[in-house]
Parts: sequence; C-alpha cells; structure tokens
Amino acid sequence: MYAFDYQRPASVKDAVALSGDETVFLAGGQTLIPTLKQRLRQASVMIDLGAIPELRGITVTADTVTIGAMTCHADVAMSPDVRAAIPGLASLAGQIGDLQVRNCGTLGGSIANNDPAADYPAALVALNAVVHTNTRTLPAEDFFTGMFETALAPGELVVKVVFPKPRRSAFAKFRNPASRYAIAGVFVAETGDGIRVAVIGAGPGVFRIPAMEEVLTKDFSVAALTGIAVDADGLNEDMHATAAYRAHLIGVLAARAVTSLT
Amino acid sequence: MTKVSITVNGQAHAADLDPRTLLVEFLRENLRLTGTHVGCDTSQCGACTVHLDGRAVKSCTVLAAQADGKTVTTIEGLAAGETLHPMQAAFREHHGLQCGFCTPGMVMTAVALVQQHEGALSEHDIREGLDGNMCRCTGYQNIVRAIAAGAAGMKA
Ligand SMILES: Cc1cc2nc3c(=O)[nH]c(=O)nc-3n(C[C@H](O)[C@H](O)[C@H](O)COP(=O)(O)OP(=O)(O)OC[C@H]3O[C@@H](n4cnc5c(N)ncnc54)[C@H](O)[C@@H]3O)c2cc1C
Ligand code: FES
Ligand code: FES
Repeated sequence: MYAFDYQRPASVKDAVALSGDETVFLAGGQTLIPTLKQRLRQASVMIDLGAIPELRGITVTADTVTIGAMTCHADVAMSPDVRAAIPGLASLAGQIGDLQVRNCGTLGGSIANNDPAADYPAALVALNAVVHTNTRTLPAEDFFTGMFETALAPGELVVKVVFPKPRRSAFAKFRNPASRYAIAGVFVAETGDGIRVAVIGAGPGVFRIPAMEEVLTKDFSVAALTGIAVDADGLNEDMHATAAYRAHLIGVLAARAVTSLT
Repeated sequence: MTKVSITVNGQAHAADLDPRTLLVEFLRENLRLTGTHVGCDTSQCGACTVHLDGRAVKSCTVLAAQADGKTVTTIEGLAAGETLHPMQAAFREHHGLQCGFCTPGMVMTAVALVQQHEGALSEHDIREGLDGNMCRCTGYQNIVRAIAAGAAGMKA
C-alpha cells in the first residue's frame, strides 16, 4: 500500500467536508483494501465511514425497505424484517462472498464499486430501488452507468437505498466456486411497475431483459420463458465461461428464479 | 500515524500506528500473537480469521485503525486456561487438521458460525460456512466432522 492519512468522521457532513480530489471513502474494505495492497489505487486521505451511525441500519415501512449504505451484507441476510418484506433481497445478500466477507462488506461499498459481477446491482435494478446520496436521489438504472462506473461525482457519498416492496422476488446465482463471484445471476421481481428481470455477472454491467419481462407479465411461469433466447453478443468471455455459455445460463437461472416463486 | 486502542482477548492495548497497518500485522507483530496466520494476504484463504466484536473477519483485510474501540478475539483467546474451547477439543478429537496451518482460521470461523447461525447446523450449513476458509491438506471431511461435534459441544 502507498501511504495515506486516516480520518474517521462521525457524521456524513464531516465525511463530505473532508473529501477532495485524492481522498477515498472506506466502507467494509473488502474491495478497497485488496486494491490498495496491489497498488492499483492510492489515496492521500482515507475517510473511514465506519463511525457514522446515520449510515447504518434497516427500516421497514408499509411500502418500502430502506437500508443504510454502511449496513453489512450479513445484517441484510439475517434481518427478519428484510426476510419478511423482500425475501429475494435477503437471499441475495446471504449469497455474497463468504461469511467473513459478509460480516464486513457493505451495500454502499458494493454499489459504489459496481463490479460487473457484484450481486446487489441486480436487486436494485429489478426492484426499481432509489439511491440516496448526500446531494440527490437517483433511480438505480441511472446510478449504474458502466463497468465499475456509477453516476457518483467525486466526493459524493451513498447514504442509503430505498427498495419498494415487491409482490414477490427471487435471485438465482451461479457462482464461481473459487472467487464466489457470479458467473451470472438473475433477479426476478414482480413490482408495482410490472415484472422486472435484471442480470449481473454476464455483461459489462447490470442489464434488464425486456423480452423475458414481457412474456412473464402475460404468464408468470417457466413455460413462458421457453423460446426466449438471450443474445450472446456483448456478454463477457473469460477463462470460466464463454459468452454463449453465459447467455444459456441466464435462461437457466431465470427459470430457477421463476420456479422458486411459483 | 493514528492512535488505536483495541481490546484483544480481554486485554486493552493502545498503540500509535501507521494507518496502513493491517489488523493481522498488529496482532502478529505488535502483540506477538502469532496464532493468527497469513496464508494468502489476498482475502481468499481465511487463515487470518479472528472475531471483531464477535463476528468472523479476515484480519488481513481490515485495518487496525478500523478496529479502534472494538474487541478482538484470536485463537489464543479461546481456551479457558488449560481447558480447550469445545471447538478446539473437537478438532483434536476428530483429527480436523494435518499440517495445522489453516486450523486457527478454521476454528475461529467455526465458533463464529455456530454463534451467528440460528438453529441447528446441518452438514450443508457447515460446508457453506467454510466458503471463506481453505485447507490444502485434509480434504475437509474431518474439519466438517469436527465442527459438527464442536457445535454440539458449545451447546452442551
Ligand atoms: C473473497 C471475496 C469474495 C467476494 N464475493 C462477492 C460476491 O460474490 N458478490 C459480490 O457482490 N461481492 C463480492 N465481494 C465484494 C464484497 O461484496 C465487497 O464488500 C463490496 O464489493 C465492496 O463493499 P465494501 O463495503 O467492502 O467497500 P470498500 O471496499 O470499502 O469500498 C469499495 C469502493 O466503494 C467506495 N465506497 C464505499 N462506500 C461508499 C459510499 N457510502 N459512498 C460512496 N462511495 C463508497 C469506496 O471508496 C471504494 O472505492 C467479495 C469480496 C471478497 C474479498
Ligand atoms: S491471509 Fe487473510 S484471507 Fe488469506
Ligand atoms: S491442515 Fe494443512 S492447510 Fe489445513
């Protein structure tokens, strides 16, 4: 690691006031610390968000589940409130990485990083969640802008994410057993705005599959999905899977998610 | 430099550290608690697992500064004097190790897994709970057996 100064502010206001061109926010550190060790990143000042109570916690209302940016994956996975309100979201959080990673890694860190294989973006897009930063609110689809890219401006802080409660939702993931990241993952949700299907791991970023959404709206069944071919063009190719394999896998995972809901 | 005060195995420690200091470096180099191992240093193997405020974390992927004001338990803090913790005893009884390099991390993860899990642990739960811990020797069979026995021992 290159040298840095360390600050641990106690409020969002102080954290934002400390931030500048060469500062970096530290959440759970499960992506940032390995990246700093490899000297792929450096910071003049590390602003640790770990002592800001307003960034942590889960609140549930009649229509929404709100999760603070610094809430760790394990807390989302184990929350009886999230399990009751949005089981698909709790199940997704419980499938991230491993026990130790889930005890540290956070919602805010995961979405700010926007790894193409990260799981949370699928839930945010399928559930039509809204990201609240210290300056504005953004629908999930406008927040995720590309591979490892988001709409966040330098020094802008994710404060919380508001998830509208769906009628039903499920996440199906095919993991790389070594890295635990998804080779592909599909989140299916029946929301107030209709059926939404979002995919992670397979492309450069999270994306929806309108053709599946259309047929599932008419007939929410696995049978409806037969004949919907996913285009392999533009999907990821690596040592683990070809684009064609991932395209096929998306169909399989979508069917698994739908099966678990019917 | 950054000032930290961390309670490790029940004892308070204060230090002035380079902010880059990893929790595992603080434990091994400052406190000489070398039971916590570094297998990969890339967040994969879990040999460095300790409990931070009661939860299993990879101490190679946590800054010592992040642990300021918190409580850490390492493998050295599990036994009560000469009496092994039930999970340690179960690893011995069921031969849950060969070279022993992964063992401190396995035991710390196992204890946290039992504490963090609601209800009885199935074999499947144990295997999933070990996703973040690697063993190059045993093939895991006896580790899984040891954890099932250790979990029963902890409830007893
Ligand atoms: C072994 C291993 C396996 C993993 N497997 C998976 C997996 O299967 N699925 C998955 O989705 N992820 C996986 N991860 C990643 C994990 O979920 C990370 O925790 C997550 O990607 C980053 O969250 P963090 O809280 O650790 O953030 P950090 O690493 O602390 O930060 C990541 C980035 O986000 C920025 N940031 C953090 N918080 C905020 C905020 N509130 N506002 C603005 N910017 C912010 C930081 O500045 C940094 O650039 C894995 C990680 C490891 C080490
Ligand atoms: S040394 Fe920490 S995970 Fe391997
Ligand atoms: S016993 Fe040798 S690595 Fe596990």
